[in-house]
Amino acid sequence: MTPGAGAALALGASAFRNLRAALFSSVPSALATCAILYLGWQILPPLIEWAFVYAVWSPSRAPLCRTGAGACWAFVADKYRFILFGGFPADQYWRPALVLALLIALYGASFSAIVRRDRLVSYWLAGLIVVVVLMSGGLFGLSRVETERWGGLTLTLLLATFGIACAFPLSIPLALGRRSALPAVRWLSIAYIELIRGVPLISVLFMASVMFPLFLPAGVSIDKLLRAQLAMIFFAAAYLAEAVRGGLQAVPREQSEAAEALGLSYAQRMRYVILPQALRVAIPLLVNTFIGFFKDTSLVVIIGVFDFLTTIKVSLTDPAWSGFGVEAYLFASAGYFLFCYPLSRYSQRLERPGGAAPGAQL
Amino acid sequence: MPQEMRASPPGAGPRPAFHAQRFRSVLYQALLAGAVALALWRLVGNAVDNLVARQIASGFEFLGREAGFEIGETTFLSYNAGDTYLRAVIVGLLNTFRISVLAIIFSTALGLLIGLTRLSRNWLLGKLAAAYVETLRNVPLVVQLFFWYAVITESLPSPAEALVPLPGVFLSNRGLALPFPAAGAPFTLERPALSGFNFAGGAVLSPEFAALLLGLTLYTAAFIAEVVRAGILSVERGQIEAARSLGLSTRQVMRFIVLPQALRVIVPPLGSQYLNCVKNSSLAVAIGYPDLVSVANTTINQTGQAIEGIAIIMLAYLSISLVISALVNGYNRRYALRGTPR
Repeated sequence: MTPGAGAALALGASAFRNLRAALFSSVPSALATCAILYLGWQILPPLIEWAFVYAVWSPSRAPLCRTGAGACWAFVADKYRFILFGGFPADQYWRPALVLALLIALYGASFSAIVRRDRLVSYWLAGLIVVVVLMSGGLFGLSRVETERWGGLTLTLLLATFGIACAFPLSIPLALGRRSALPAVRWLSIAYIELIRGVPLISVLFMASVMFPLFLPAGVSIDKLLRAQLAMIFFAAAYLAEAVRGGLQAVPREQSEAAEALGLSYAQRMRYVILPQALRVAIPLLVNTFIGFFKDTSLVVIIGVFDFLTTIKVSLTDPAWSGFGVEAYLFASAGYFLFCYPLSRYSQRLERPGGAAPGAQL
Repeated sequence: MPQEMRASPPGAGPRPAFHAQRFRSVLYQALLAGAVALALWRLVGNAVDNLVARQIASGFEFLGREAGFEIGETTFLSYNAGDTYLRAVIVGLLNTFRISVLAIIFSTALGLLIGLTRLSRNWLLGKLAAAYVETLRNVPLVVQLFFWYAVITESLPSPAEALVPLPGVFLSNRGLALPFPAAGAPFTLERPALSGFNFAGGAVLSPEFAALLLGLTLYTAAFIAEVVRAGILSVERGQIEAARSLGLSTRQVMRFIVLPQALRVIVPPLGSQYLNCVKNSSLAVAIGYPDLVSVANTTINQTGQAIEGIAIIMLAYLSISLVISALVNGYNRRYALRGTPR
């Protein structure tokens, strides 16, 4: 939806240039405009004073936070390393920093037209291998770092990226299975998808953290972060499968029939005819699912995995900074918003008729 | 089309296509079912071994034992630490219902208002509604819950200096105190009064409940607003113009032309938003409101009965999901246009 499309709808495109028509078209409209302007006049100045003018930015002036009338952003300035990298060894901070930069570059490349589409998959694969090596170490003279020490924004991005990267390949057979002519395949797919979609993510995470260890053979254990990641993958696969199914439903039946008439096998029909069309249609849905999934990674705070949100929450337990939750969570909100909002704009652009964004094709 | 991609030519003999295909489909299904059954059997076998090794009794007998933990707030059903786990779980479930029902009612009203506002002719109003939707949708709910909880417990004054936005309504860092019909006399409003460090009388909403209700309502409303907007935009302009040319007033156009058609589009996604709202209420555990997940989690930690505890959670939410989808499907059967693929 473009800004003010409601106005445009009612009054025609020329309304954009006509302030009066946009703000004072009728008596109720004029009253609403005046009320908003008055409220803004009342609320905005004190808010700006709190957030910027009287705010404390430097950790060295922390005592002012307790006495002053402004926001305490010094909290963030003091804790930013922990919030970015979690408990990673301080002398190795360059590794998660590089990982962050690499991931952000890959996302940037994927949602713009800088890189050729067909090379993206190989860049991602190479990038993810480099990311794993950088984080865990043990190769090329890098010291080994246990997953318990991974954390912060880096970990949030890792959870979201590996979650989607592993869930997407799972979701395609699930979506195809749900539309399969074979009853056993169909019912198993439906059961899996609906079971996962019917319960809250937190119950799946609990399952991974307290129940999953019971199902492993004696002597085998999987570390907590990997269990959380697996839970996120199985959860995301069900939702992605529904997005893929939405795309599959948009491909006309004749496409499949024509391909079958040409003698293509089931695998060939799906690989060369149906999936390329279906996935293209499904891109906005997939992007929306990804946004939801990115937000959902914050739930690992409940099982004590040190992601972006958890590091902020834990920073607040430092007596020096206790009681600044409002600032802390505003900062957390801004952090998530900065990632999710551009993505949601991207998917809205794709949804608009004829609005193929750069790089919309797979 | 290249030659080699054609089907085998008719000259190659009559291919037993029917039997081959049928045979393969049975084979695939048998293999898949066998693999799933084998995996489940292995997992269950491991679980039984582990439970024996850890000396945890399986089964639901623990529900009859004394829970021994307090629950901060209860709905309809009284509870104390001496009661059974079963009663604790039911109290948790009722708390889930309480928060979900209230959040659904409030977020529907707010979402409707914001969705309509976003379509307003007033540019400023439309922009404000859009900003609301975009901000709330792009921040995780659990962050918003922490934020509201921090606002209530850190920024609001103590009960002695409570804010009084309306007579009898007290807003403090101990939550929200409201006038409420007294227990004995349902037609007289009992006003909360300060006693000691907190309010007594009337209805007192704990900070946890208030933060959860506020956060869940505002978050769900953003999604409902989008559902409402999409539904109204789905009504063709021609319909509205035709109604106008028949002389119907704006109100009549909305009431008789737009809403009946928009509702068909709105109800199915609205149902899934309600379902999301119920599922999202499980984030109560993050700020300490004793909902089903929170109580079940405490139960698991105390008894070690992880499988049973999680089974209870999943069963409860699956039943709620089934009820909501049955309601939406019922509506669809009744009101969907015949012949539309829905």
